[in-house]
Amino acid sequence: MSNAQLTVPFDEAMTRYEPIIGLEVHVELGTNSKMFCSCATAFGAPPNTQVCPVCLGLPGSMPVLNKVAVESTIRIGLALNCEIATWCRFARKNYFYPDMPKDYQVSQYDEPLCTNGWLDVTVATDDGPQVVRVEIERVHMEEDTGKLTHAGGATGRIHGADYSLVDYNRAGIPLIEIVTKTVIGTGPLAPAVARAYVAELRDVMRALGVSDVRMEEGSLRCDVNLSLNEPGAGWGTRSETKNVNSLRSVERAVHSEIERQAGVLDGGGRVIQETRHFHEDTGRSTSGRSKEQAEDYRYFPEPDLVPIAPTRSWVEELRAELPEVPSVKRARLQSTWGINEFELATLVNAGAVELVESSIAAGVDPAAARKWWTGELLRVANERGVELADLPVTATQIARVESLIADGSLNDKLARQVFEGVLAGEGDVDVVIAQRGLAVVSDDGALLAAIDEALAAQPDVVEKIKSGKIQAAGAIVGAVMKTTKGQADAAKVRALLLDRLGVSE
Amino acid sequence: MTAITRDEVAHLAKLARLDLSGAELDHYAGQLAVILQSVARIGEVAADDIPPTSHPVPVENVFRDDIAMPGLDRAEVLAAAPATEDHRFRVPRILDEEEA
Repeated sequence: MSNAQLTVPFDEAMTRYEPIIGLEVHVELGTNSKMFCSCATAFGAPPNTQVCPVCLGLPGSMPVLNKVAVESTIRIGLALNCEIATWCRFARKNYFYPDMPKDYQVSQYDEPLCTNGWLDVTVATDDGPQVVRVEIERVHMEEDTGKLTHAGGATGRIHGADYSLVDYNRAGIPLIEIVTKTVIGTGPLAPAVARAYVAELRDVMRALGVSDVRMEEGSLRCDVNLSLNEPGAGWGTRSETKNVNSLRSVERAVHSEIERQAGVLDGGGRVIQETRHFHEDTGRSTSGRSKEQAEDYRYFPEPDLVPIAPTRSWVEELRAELPEVPSVKRARLQSTWGINEFELATLVNAGAVELVESSIAAGVDPAAARKWWTGELLRVANERGVELADLPVTATQIARVESLIADGSLNDKLARQVFEGVLAGEGDVDVVIAQRGLAVVSDDGALLAAIDEALAAQPDVVEKIKSGKIQAAGAIVGAVMKTTKGQADAAKVRALLLDRLGVSE
Repeated sequence: MTAITRDEVAHLAKLARLDLSGAELDHYAGQLAVILQSVARIGEVAADDIPPTSHPVPVENVFRDDIAMPGLDRAEVLAAAPATEDHRFRVPRILDEEEA
């Protein structure tokens, strides 16, 4: 892989190539029991404690389909504007890999339950928000695989491992695969579209209540297919990047794969059809295996399961019970919170809608809730490379800080320091305030002393203010904030110093 | 039409992780051809009004309620495995072919 290092900067790549992307998203359903057996599905249970003859593939065991899993899949299909099949079956996907003890995975092949849907996503552009319709090819049911831990060797990865350990708790958990049609014509927006699509999908799943969609726990996983071609030329060869397990990574995976493939093509090379593995730490992918051809899986109809033929009345019943879809909900929030489409798109792409909602429910002013989640807290989340929702800050804590700002005990700067402490695990809001000694200096005597000192140090500014240039007071306020280490209420300082100079606004 | 080539048998053998000699490939190609011919004859007798089926009983929509029940005892499960470690199944190193 000598051309692995040659990459072309993204902006330059976009001047010569057009990306085509396709996204495969796997969602683990939040059912109580597995897809084909009654084993529990709790995340984090001790290894091999949620297994039975069916999910261990013991001889003679027979699978029976979970009704709620079918219902959830139909609801997902309906929410994604799909057609629901009148009749479909499961198939066996045969392969040798110890993550499935049966040596096959039960999946749907040429007869998916849901087909031909779409999902509109909004991305921010220089010209304002743009809506992109992502078409859905299919939504099908399958079972999740067991979890492998590679042991021995230095890296903990497959390569160089001496042996592997298998936990089958996850094997057989209902898994829904949602496959887009090829998304063309997005140009340089491709990374943002990919991210916005996965974010939107996640919101849809949450609204439906079919999955907890925690990317860090693997209940929502994304594979990115991508190819590049020169404008007007035929489609290029695609790669499939797996292991893309955060919204940020979806965007980065598309971005870096465009840079990589452009490098290969610029160097006169050929992009090979392969599976690549994305690495969160580097933001780059490495080559995996070259893709097995579809027929190598020797799919055939699963003889142990009977066909699914959802009656139209059942489908319509489920359709009637669908919750408010996120796009409709957002339109409502937009008007309730008094924000524009762009501000809303920022919230959505930051994964902040629910967080802002719960903060408001906890008593925080809508504007303040948005300010914290898309400002300081988003900055920290990006810095740490985690999702906003994973930050150890709660709506209640934001409400507490806001009430302290409202009664004048904290100012914005001190509030940021409070969150810094909370995020660093120093304790709850009041504990951090007490331990760091964060409180606005409200003692007028101390403030006036600091003001007098600042006025004496800057006589030229004093003259300006007295001559009517009140905006020059900012310099004095700044000096006082510095003396008090930010622990003063800037508005109060300003009022006091103007009063001191006998100037009114 | 129903003949199977030696290359196809070799491909299937590889997928099934079977290490077959040249003589064995010839042998099984012949045997598999006979099986394929036999299956093809069933297709000949099936009339157009008989749809292909994957299940012997014409039944649809067999579902189970979503209720979790205790599975097998872990010690019992692992006792049946050739090798275990840390309450997991221990399997030999995987994917030699990926390093090719």
